[in-house]
Amino acid sequence: MFDLPPTKTLTALTLAFGLMASASAAAELVVGMQQEPTSLDPTADATASIDSMMTQNVFESLTTVAENGEVQPNLATRWEVSEDGLTYTFHLAEGVTFHDGSALDAEDVVYSFDRAMAEDSVNPSKDIFEPIESVKAVDPQTVEITLKGKDAFFLFNMGQGDSAIVASETAEGNNANPIGSGPFKFDSWTRGDRLTLVKNPDHRDAADVALDKVVFRFISDPAAATAAMMAEELDAFPGFPAPELLPQFEADPRFRVNVGSTEGEVILAMNNAKAPFDNVEVRRAVATAIDRDEIIEGAMYGQAVPIGSFYPPHGTAYVDLTGAYAHDSEKAKTMFEEAGVAGETMTLRVPPFPYATRSAEIIQNQLSEAGIDAKVENVEWGFWIDEVYKKKNYDMTIIAHTSPNDMGNFARGPDYFYGYDNAEMTALWEKIQTEVDPEARNELLKQGQQMLSDQAVHGFLFQLPLLGVFRQEVEGYWASSPVLYMPLKGVSIAN
Amino acid sequence: MAYFLFRRTLGFVLTLLAVSVVVFAVMNVLPGDPALTILGMDASDDALAALREQLGLNEPLATRYFSWVWNALQGDFGLSHSFRVPVSELIAERLPMTISLAIAGMLVTLVLALSLGITAAAQHRRGGDWGVMFLSQLGIAVPAFWLSILLVMLFAVKLRWLPPGGFAGWSDPVAALRSLILPTVALALVQSAVLARVTRSSALEVMRQDFVRTARASGLSQRRVLWRHVLPNALVPIVTIVGMQFAALVTGTIVIENVFYLPGLGRLIFQSIANRDLPTVQALVMLFAAIVVTANFVVDLLYVVIDPRLKART
Repeated sequence: MFDLPPTKTLTALTLAFGLMASASAAAELVVGMQQEPTSLDPTADATASIDSMMTQNVFESLTTVAENGEVQPNLATRWEVSEDGLTYTFHLAEGVTFHDGSALDAEDVVYSFDRAMAEDSVNPSKDIFEPIESVKAVDPQTVEITLKGKDAFFLFNMGQGDSAIVASETAEGNNANPIGSGPFKFDSWTRGDRLTLVKNPDHRDAADVALDKVVFRFISDPAAATAAMMAEELDAFPGFPAPELLPQFEADPRFRVNVGSTEGEVILAMNNAKAPFDNVEVRRAVATAIDRDEIIEGAMYGQAVPIGSFYPPHGTAYVDLTGAYAHDSEKAKTMFEEAGVAGETMTLRVPPFPYATRSAEIIQNQLSEAGIDAKVENVEWGFWIDEVYKKKNYDMTIIAHTSPNDMGNFARGPDYFYGYDNAEMTALWEKIQTEVDPEARNELLKQGQQMLSDQAVHGFLFQLPLLGVFRQEVEGYWASSPVLYMPLKGVSIAN
Repeated sequence: MAYFLFRRTLGFVLTLLAVSVVVFAVMNVLPGDPALTILGMDASDDALAALREQLGLNEPLATRYFSWVWNALQGDFGLSHSFRVPVSELIAERLPMTISLAIAGMLVTLVLALSLGITAAAQHRRGGDWGVMFLSQLGIAVPAFWLSILLVMLFAVKLRWLPPGGFAGWSDPVAALRSLILPTVALALVQSAVLARVTRSSALEVMRQDFVRTARASGLSQRRVLWRHVLPNALVPIVTIVGMQFAALVTGTIVIENVFYLPGLGRLIFQSIANRDLPTVQALVMLFAAIVVTANFVVDLLYVVIDPRLKART
């Protein structure tokens, strides 16, 4: 070392410092996630955290959806729609490659759709491909998709994780080693601990991507999540699990708390196919018995917006129907008596989500004030989705419907777990789905909200909030999410 | 001795077989469908049917069980339903974490419990005894997860001495050890509370015996009497409890792994049961059962080492 001529030492030092400087300049974001997926393929598993980590970050779709819900170009830089609204011609971005270096062209798009629509497809949202008649490659940069009928949500659905474009060579391995075309590449996954993405320097928008590396850490326990944030092990927790722990972050100048909206309508679902809930008067009595403000205060610590029907308050077609059944325990009691169900015992089976279990206790209390004895049964998710959802073995339950544009649930007929069968609603949804003019569609959506509120199909409680805790330096996260994903492209860390 | 080993091995195999039948039956009686948990609320019926076919859930129950046993005998525990990778791979990834934690927890438990228990016995009905008894009462009463949160709040959030959780593997041994300190302490404090009490009462029992009085009378120091004469003779009940505790430590890591978000077997089994991932649950329960049976076996062998008089009886 001492033998080195001074200039060499200097060079070595400069080099070392240079390396250190560039290492510290590399922007690394550590993100806390509550739910750990078991697969990383959004086209084969419905777990929400797959979408929030992978969709539009690692995998891309033809279109994408902006924070305000607007459909934007993505892999398809532009598209034309035929006069009759049935044929969409998508023009793909030039020079796009998958992370393994192979080119992404029209054949990959055709493959991805064929795979999602095939008979043995296990796509969790297979229904969104139902309206598609055919997908064909016109030339390597052009894809033509023909629909069986008009579909107002087609372009929106093409921007979801379910419709991600994958390569035939790598599709089967995407569950553990995802290969997409997005601005971030999958780097590694230590199951149970962390998942790492790195910036894709070859992406067409690479110049706009500020982060070099993103590490997701899986922390399910809310107390542990709080400790990890407080100890500055994490930079962000965009889906924070416990509203009651937010005040301590609000009081701490190191952090910023965000309360945004999601597409999740939280409902007190009633089994419309089963007595006594097949009687609209009983359902109205339930709607009158519940006090949303008290539920939001008690279950969500005030951090949620009440809803009076099944449509998100941030949507363009929203009508405020929260006043439709003003809370009145005495009136509800009379209504229950008139319907002949006063003093009856009903079960309320709730899945293991804090919003549901906490709301259940408050609703149980409110129903008892109206003379109804509700028995709360806390069940785990595997039980809920089989017994309550699939087998419809329940009286009442509490669940958030997190998919966008899901008013169609009420048009799924008596086989769906609502047990709701209304030809008028089915016809209305048919019209909504095929109405491509936004103004006219909003009018129809308003009618739908009114209809669901009039018939008090369920107890409509509140819109599930998006609670996020961030270090002050972290910028660019979506405040609200109209979809299930969380693009990291615009996220940066201020120095 | 050969007969003893034969009997033990047979018992081991039969226990595992019984466990496998019970797990298989329970997982199938339990409401829940792996295909439904994977595909969620928007899944169409034909997608669910396709996935069930892929996972082999349409085969009759007995066929599935026997093909599982047949493959397991050849060391193939199948593919995880939810992770879609070999179960053995999942377990191999996580075993080092859980075993490291259980062994570290056991060592700390032994050191704490034996020294506190012997101290308490030596100071019978005096200050040290009361102190140890009070602490161990506290240790038994405090739930492990609550103690864990307190430890994290103090050492990770306030003092910033140790990480609040996570474990990145042994590639960086210093980081790995630092990550293990808090979970080990949380695990060991509760376990050693029980063991310290057993050590104390067992030591007290031995101290009443004639040979201890003889040792004292022959002028040996208190320290030497306690550690060379009392402790070895008090070991039989202690070893029994330690054997049971080792099994409890392995399963007790489920709670600890959740609070400290450690990638161990405890969290894996928790997640697999929620996902109705039968192959993974099956293999893990078998593994836990094997650990428990092995721990009991080691305890039986240790009895003979501790007390050679027992040899004649086996």
